[in-house]
Amino acid sequence: MIFLEGGRVVDPANRIDGVRTVVIDGERIVEVRTAALSAGERAANEVVDCKGLLVIPGLVDLHVHLREPGEEGKETIATGARAAVAGGVTTVVAMPNTRPVCDSASVARFVQARGREAGFARVLPAGAITRGSLGEQLSDAAELKDAGCVVLTDDGRPVMSAGVMRRAMEYARDLGLPVMIHAEDLTLSAGGSMNEGAVATRLGLPGVPAVAEVAMVERDILLAELTGAHLHVAHVSAAGSVRAIREARARGIKVTAEATPHHFTLTDEAVAGVPASMPGTPPAGEPYDTHAKMMPPLRSEGDRQAIVGALADGIIDAIATDHAPHGALDKQVEFVSAANGIIGLETSLSLTLALVRSGNLSLARAVERMTVGPARCFNLSAGTLTPGALADIAVVDPDRAFPVEAHRFYSRSRNSPFTGWTLRGRVLRTYVGGRLVHRLEDAT
Amino acid sequence: MEFPRHLLEIEGLSRAQIEALLEVAAKFKIERAQAKGAPGSGVDRRGTLRGRTIVTLFFESSTRTRSSFEMAARALGADVLSFQKEASSVSKGETLEDTVRNLDALGPDALVLRHPAAGAPRLVARVVRASVINAGDGAHEHPTQALLDALSLREKLGTLEGKIVSIVGDIAHSRVARSNIHCLSKLGAQVRIGGPSTLIPLGIEKLGCTVVHSLKEALDGAHAVMALRIQQERINDARIPGTRDYARTWGLNARTIELLPQGAVILHPGPVNRGVELSNDVLESPRSLVMDQVESGVAVRMAVLSLCLRARPG
Repeated sequence: MIFLEGGRVVDPANRIDGVRTVVIDGERIVEVRTAALSAGERAANEVVDCKGLLVIPGLVDLHVHLREPGEEGKETIATGARAAVAGGVTTVVAMPNTRPVCDSASVARFVQARGREAGFARVLPAGAITRGSLGEQLSDAAELKDAGCVVLTDDGRPVMSAGVMRRAMEYARDLGLPVMIHAEDLTLSAGGSMNEGAVATRLGLPGVPAVAEVAMVERDILLAELTGAHLHVAHVSAAGSVRAIREARARGIKVTAEATPHHFTLTDEAVAGVPASMPGTPPAGEPYDTHAKMMPPLRSEGDRQAIVGALADGIIDAIATDHAPHGALDKQVEFVSAANGIIGLETSLSLTLALVRSGNLSLARAVERMTVGPARCFNLSAGTLTPGALADIAVVDPDRAFPVEAHRFYSRSRNSPFTGWTLRGRVLRTYVGGRLVHRLEDAT
Repeated sequence: MEFPRHLLEIEGLSRAQIEALLEVAAKFKIERAQAKGAPGSGVDRRGTLRGRTIVTLFFESSTRTRSSFEMAARALGADVLSFQKEASSVSKGETLEDTVRNLDALGPDALVLRHPAAGAPRLVARVVRASVINAGDGAHEHPTQALLDALSLREKLGTLEGKIVSIVGDIAHSRVARSNIHCLSKLGAQVRIGGPSTLIPLGIEKLGCTVVHSLKEALDGAHAVMALRIQQERINDARIPGTRDYARTWGLNARTIELLPQGAVILHPGPVNRGVELSNDVLESPRSLVMDQVESGVAVRMAVLSLCLRARPG
């Protein structure tokens, strides 16, 4: 047995926040207790001193692009799952926009098999809503569910046809699968490469208005209301979307949502090279920073604050990274031509803890949004330290500062806007099913 | 007065830098006018950049800006190499960075770049040894256009301090508008922006201008009005219904020009759609500075090249 002794255990699902010892036997948690270890226990078992450290459920990241199959130069399931555990993430949901798209059982099974082989974070596949994610014909959703898919999504693209989306939701509801949307009305976002507003205007970059997202969130809320399906809104970036979700919840519609660390940390000023108002931020960088380019784009300060508020009050259930690896050649180009997306698995916990330090989020809420909150969105049995649960656990030094250095990422890609930042809160150990799968090199 | 080695944008220049440059340009312009009046009598500036090489690299078609730069370079005695490239060379496998690194390896002193992507000159300046002169990047900036407009305006209006300059047309897609807003406001002018709301980008007033919604408001009390080109594309992407409707609401013609105070001047960066932004008679009228802008262009580009390349004046 392994005893994680005397850390501050935060387990929101069980309303625990206090000094405890977590006891692991084999692949499961057997006990979370206050009692001290007996001499016999101490002698006979592995005891990890966690005094002054946080002991939390392994993080659940609902939104990760692992690029395999098809773009293994950017990331593989193994490198992505390794990066995940370095960030304390023990469960990832792999987006289906691979080559080929995960719209068949064979791809879904392949993704899981590769995940098991790698032996780091648990890798759960998301299946496509439509065949090839082309937005036209429904994919074989029942087959995808049987093959282990936990959600349906055409992430990276919207289902532009409301008619197709309606039928997809009805079909998904029958199967009990949530439908996750990349909310973007392509006719409103056409040609845009950053948030529409004063910064885009100054830089001469074509803008994507917030309404491109909000209009689709509103549409799909109406369809969820009509069909009774469970709608999950990916990477919420706009205050308007938060408002729409809040109103939908009040009407009793089943809608959950996630936000990314970059959308609650940065604004569109980052494209202009303006530093964020957060400690540890480097001085102003160059404008046209392609590491600040993603879809949906970084928005205004008002949008950022709306997301932070929604994380605090639970309108946004989950923090998810939208980890999107790209090679240097995809980013070292003209801004309008650069690929969308950034990596996030190895910085998400630290950026979330920054919200705790700034007083925007309690520690318990922060942990909830990264563990049981996301797990509930997709009905996953993860994200708790309940005795009997799989021992997926992160041991974190919440005060330990570290410089974000591109060459130290476990991810195969380097496209992070946080390179050069000094972040606080570092994962020292990560357990998956009771196995130590990550240990910070210089940690004692 | 230290002038930057790269001219990427007006936004980063100080008023003193702009004024110093305009002074040099004004001198060049006078010399060139004198030479035209009495051939062989002008000042020969061909020693200024002798032995230096200027590369013009245009990823968008342009006749006047490129010829203007090339004429300026030759007037200073520089050698000129010109490249016309398709921006889509990326799809053929060569990135902008690779293209300019290769050109830079030829050892030019300056790279005059026009590119459809905003921010491209900055990307280039990071990777080359040559001075980078922005000849227009996407809808971001077109610094030499704003400088030549300022030169023409100052000749006609004297100081621009307190003067009202209105810019009307497709502001959203205009690098000329952005550079002019920065340049004119740095020189003390009040800048008004006007055009159909479909062509006014969100937050433009944060650059230091006011936005008006009718031609009447734009022209009222103005000392100068600058009309910007309306492109056919804007009809295809549903920004305006057509050129006829545009000319009716924002076109400068014999009727609407009555709203402009006496002595006020009219500019257009070209090429003009006759009968759309400017009617024939307005374009040909004595108030039109359109041809003078072209002359200012060569002088301004001579000044830019000599200052960026640290040539000894004279």
